[in-house]
Amino acid sequence: MRAHLPILPVLLPLVGALLQPLVGLASRHAAWPLAVATAAATAAAGIAGLLDVLARGTRRYSVGGWAPPWGIEVVLDPLSAFTVCVIAVVATLTLLAGGPSARATYEGEEPTYYSLTLLLVAGLLGMVVSGDLFNVFVFLEVASISSYALVASGGGPALAAAFRYVVLGTIGASFYLLGVGCLYALTGTLNMADLAARLPAATGSPLFGGGIVFMVVGLAVKMGLFPLHGWLPDAYTRAPAPVAAVMAPVATKAAAYVLARVLLYVIRPEGLPVGTTLAWVGAAAIVAGGALAATQVDARRLLAYSSVSQMGYIALGLGLGVQDALVGAYLHILAHALMKAALFVALAAAVLDGRGPTLRALRLGSRMPITGACAVVAALSMIGVPPAAGFFSKWYLLQGALAAGQPILAGAILGGSLLAVVYMYRFTEAVWFGEPRAAGGPPEAPMPLLVGLVALAVASVAVGLGNAALVSNVLGPAAAGVGR
Amino acid sequence: MTQASGLPGLALLPSALAVVLIVLSRRRPAVRETWSILAAIAQTATVAAMIPSALSGTALVWSPLTLAEGVPLVLRADALGVFFATVASALWVLTTVYSIGYTRALREHAQTRYFAAFALSLFATVGLALAGNFVTFFGFFEILTVATYPLVIHKETEEAARAGRVYLAYTLTAGAALLGAVAWIHALAGRTDFEPGGILAGQGATPAVLWGLFILCLLGCGVKAAIVPLHTWLPMAMIAPTPVSALLHAVAVVKAGVFGLVRVAGFIFGPQLLREIGAAEALAALALATILLGSLAALVQDNLKRLLAFSTVSQLSYIVLGVALGGPDAFAGGVLHIASHGLLKITLFFCAGALYVATGVERISQMDGIGRRMPLTMAAFATAAFLLAGLPPGLAFASKWRLLRGAVEAHAWLAVATLAASTVLNIAYFAPIVARAFRGGGGAPMREAPLPMLAPLLITAAAGLVLGVDPDAGARLWSLARAVAASVGGAR
Repeated sequence: MRAHLPILPVLLPLVGALLQPLVGLASRHAAWPLAVATAAATAAAGIAGLLDVLARGTRRYSVGGWAPPWGIEVVLDPLSAFTVCVIAVVATLTLLAGGPSARATYEGEEPTYYSLTLLLVAGLLGMVVSGDLFNVFVFLEVASISSYALVASGGGPALAAAFRYVVLGTIGASFYLLGVGCLYALTGTLNMADLAARLPAATGSPLFGGGIVFMVVGLAVKMGLFPLHGWLPDAYTRAPAPVAAVMAPVATKAAAYVLARVLLYVIRPEGLPVGTTLAWVGAAAIVAGGALAATQVDARRLLAYSSVSQMGYIALGLGLGVQDALVGAYLHILAHALMKAALFVALAAAVLDGRGPTLRALRLGSRMPITGACAVVAALSMIGVPPAAGFFSKWYLLQGALAAGQPILAGAILGGSLLAVVYMYRFTEAVWFGEPRAAGGPPEAPMPLLVGLVALAVASVAVGLGNAALVSNVLGPAAAGVGR
Repeated sequence: MTQASGLPGLALLPSALAVVLIVLSRRRPAVRETWSILAAIAQTATVAAMIPSALSGTALVWSPLTLAEGVPLVLRADALGVFFATVASALWVLTTVYSIGYTRALREHAQTRYFAAFALSLFATVGLALAGNFVTFFGFFEILTVATYPLVIHKETEEAARAGRVYLAYTLTAGAALLGAVAWIHALAGRTDFEPGGILAGQGATPAVLWGLFILCLLGCGVKAAIVPLHTWLPMAMIAPTPVSALLHAVAVVKAGVFGLVRVAGFIFGPQLLREIGAAEALAALALATILLGSLAALVQDNLKRLLAFSTVSQLSYIVLGVALGGPDAFAGGVLHIASHGLLKITLFFCAGALYVATGVERISQMDGIGRRMPLTMAAFATAAFLLAGLPPGLAFASKWRLLRGAVEAHAWLAVATLAASTVLNIAYFAPIVARAFRGGGGAPMREAPLPMLAPLLITAAAGLVLGVDPDAGARLWSLARAVAASVGGAR
């Protein structure tokens, strides 16, 4: 079993996705528990993989026993193992918490929904563990197509949002593929390790620069990086509540991971101003996304624009490329996944209760004290109040920006916090100023939702308090050697 | 000298436990309030137990975990930290008793949220008092901001919501500035420890960088310290229930800002470096302007709590002035004024709450003859008001006298003149209230506020008198303040 650990996080959700329709024939009620169990097993495999990598070093696994460059190679190193854990754990919690909401949304169609979400998870995890650029593209398409379908399942206005998402997403994927083609033409290999060895000799070619630009732009579209975020606000706003809760925290993170992998570990474009550009675009994303979020009246769109802002932090850290900034960016992948999941789950709870999605209609307040408290914790993490995880990722990013001699970028990080104060305040005020508990009806969200939500909120604080262990054991080593 | 000990951590335990216990026993008010009182007493006892070691120059240190790489969480019970923690904890005991009387008399809603947020605020206050480095301080500082918000909006009216928005906008913006400062200091010096005499000297930072840092620190702490023009939130926050105004907006929150400035001036920059770059003069000028403007604004208030708030704005800057002057007398006087103003201003707020509960009076213009109906309350009010103005033998006289001596020593004649003028202004806005209260109104039956409210305000007024005669009585506050000044100056 240990030998196959690297591939398990992809195989398990893939098999789970295939099982869903079959199980659906027997019993529709089994779909949700099966999906949660699949995701939990995936998360367990991911954690086992991370522990294995930490104990014994990087694992390279050839699928089917076919050695690279012909076979498919899967690589589990500290960074990919960490990202697998983030995606799998958060997906497990959101699938658990989103269950009641999914039941209400997809009465009778749940197996299809869970099949698609598991396929999405398999695609995202495949992007993360792939050892060659082309398989990244394959899994990226698996993830994308399932998310197009998931967004479209909202019907009505969601169809328009999904169409926009398909068009822009396909453009992004095509750009990425073009870039991969350029590098393949240049070096004759798609394997990341081979590329890293052969590329330094080929940096003079125009194909090198072109390939990098194509790949970075394509991935920037996929991670919703301003100003290429056009698909994201509509998709998150129009998608049904449970879909947004599963998708929003993790979908853009896999693309951000691939960007980090390609730029820092494979290509290392010395001499090209890719890093600097990315850092400044990230700063622009932080400010623009935050400013747009601050003006929204729809809670879902507010959260979507806050994602644009928060992805800016990750891009800024990756662009700066110094050790502390990379650690901050990696930590923010986890911190943001946790808090954004909690906020979207809280929103799903409100929608279940017949409230939202406008801020005015949200008003969870005294009617849902636990849901409200968890939303507040997530909001504080978003603003960056210690000891929540969001504070510490910003702390490392700040240290990185100052170490790189970029006080203006440090200012953008702080400015993003101020904008987060504004938009998260508008969100949480809706939570504090609730109406008194109405007579009748359930006083709180359903139990599974609460369990998932509380776990996400507690994790937001626990990751913050325990970040030093995570950084010194996982993220620090992952950034070491590539950091400038 | 330092010594490893769990005691500083233990000081945080009662209030942390209280938050949980208060929420768990939300359906049984008597049990819930017992937790509050027990926590306040336990916290005071633990903090008081650290006074002897702090006086002997040995700081107890507890460092249980690493916050971020290279940044440990440090709780360090030095003289300044123990001083502030003692003041805040001891007054929390009295405020809790007072709160129980107040919330029951007014049948306040959401009492569980109220008491839990109160305990969390005190957790944060003691945490930031004992913080051994700037990152730890910043953490508790932000928690304090967040924990106070539910208390500001307690009434849940539109006005309260607006005050809450202004409060958060000011304090969280300040938090971002302070975070910038803390991160920058860490990047410059590789650490953010509070060391007497400062850590920034000799780090090779240019005066421009130091000024940048100083301005960020000033913005960061100055909002809570209500330095003009960053003070606007404080009068607005008076919408909060009176015990909140009493403990948080006269002691814990605003003093946290001032305390932060003391830490920045004495333990990050150091008095000498501040003088070298000319920031000490700028800080002194801001403090003097705030002293005068706060007092002048207080003159024209009719709402009693707003008057007290503007008086707070003015009095807080006495502390800032002491720090800015930087001499041993001025620094010690400034630190002692943390206690003087805390004790006396909380008395005045307690009185304002007692008046409101017993008679519904909120405005000074309604207070004619109220001293006949509530003689004890108004006697305490008059005592605290005149002592706060600086009349001997009060505690505020003790601190202001040292401040004045420090100003004379430093040949800061403008400061001397301002201190004199402010004393006159203090009397000018307090005397009419007292005169009005004891004028007319004969024949009205005596009706004081309930005992849980009356007893705390009498105790604090009496303590103001006793400590004025001997500022070293009991908690040895004066010795602590002198120890702080000596340690900060010692490294010069």
